[in-house]
Amino acid sequence: MSGKVITITSGKGGVGKTTVTANLAVSLALSGDRVVCIDGDIGLRNLDVVLGLENRIVYDLVDVVEGRCRLRQAMIRDKRLPELHLIPAAQTRDKSSVSPSDMVRLCDELKPETDWILIDSPAGIERGFRNAIAAAEEILVVTNPEVSAVRDADRVIGLVESEEKGPAKLIINRVNPVLTRRGDMLNAEDVLELLAVELIGIIPEDDHVVASTNRGLPISLDGKCKAGQAFTNIARRLRGDEVPFLNLDEKPGLLGKISRLIRVGGQ
Amino acid sequence: MPSFIDRLIGKQPKSADLAKDRLKLVLVNDRTDLTQINLEHLKDDIIRVISKHVEIDPAAVCISVAQDGREQRLVANIPLKPVTRKKRNRARA
Repeated sequence: MSGKVITITSGKGGVGKTTVTANLAVSLALSGDRVVCIDGDIGLRNLDVVLGLENRIVYDLVDVVEGRCRLRQAMIRDKRLPELHLIPAAQTRDKSSVSPSDMVRLCDELKPETDWILIDSPAGIERGFRNAIAAAEEILVVTNPEVSAVRDADRVIGLVESEEKGPAKLIINRVNPVLTRRGDMLNAEDVLELLAVELIGIIPEDDHVVASTNRGLPISLDGKCKAGQAFTNIARRLRGDEVPFLNLDEKPGLLGKISRLIRVGGQ
Repeated sequence: MPSFIDRLIGKQPKSADLAKDRLKLVLVNDRTDLTQINLEHLKDDIIRVISKHVEIDPAAVCISVAQDGREQRLVANIPLKPVTRKKRNRARA
């Protein structure tokens, strides 16, 4: 089987592209697939720290493109998950050090020996974005349920269509059920109606994500919390499984209410 | 849009509903490069052209952009003024 190239992009910065990429990579690798993720954000790399692999970088994407090392040498193998590899971005160069055709060539070389190639796109719609989508066979657009992120997602979805790389699939990240219930946050249906694309995941806002990023341990490594489950579900949908979306709107039961009371009291 | 009762009791609309309404307009502008002001100019031109051929009430003309998935469609609703009986009889004769 030849690997499938998936690009994670968003238009707006800070919506969680890198977190999504890291967690999808971990979820796919946990089920035994061979995964290579590529940090496309040259000059502002972060996928390495989110994955907890920052201390193991020797070569990077630009070293490969400019022929200073072989592709294999730039692939950092995750010791926790032997099937997971990272090709980090260069930190002291800029987006123009790589071209869209470089990315296509690189992915073609990777495909025979991997199942998934996940490319973490930089924010924006310029060169870095073009590089990131050049080799993509499927594009996932990450957004948050708020006006600027939805607007930028719409723009990116349009660009993906005009590049004939669509239709993009949507991930709604950082959904806060309390705000949604109160009517102070767009709900998933609102966002879907506005953007009119296929949904592939809804991820609740989850404090565990911040803590796990602090540790360099993507939350999907322990699939117990809601966000971790949401990432695992997206990975399964990518593999072709039909998985129902998590119900984030459920009212807390008696136990939930008590634990919430205790938590509020403890703060 | 807040309901009549909501307005009557002075209830504030939910911020998420406002966000959705604002986004609807912004996305139409972004996707079509057609701002609300452009749309007004277009409407004036359409009224002028149609009026040359048939009698219409300019105030009743409605031009809007309808969504069908990710495709936009320009929708014009132009009620025609009824032709008076005299005119019709003359036309028949």
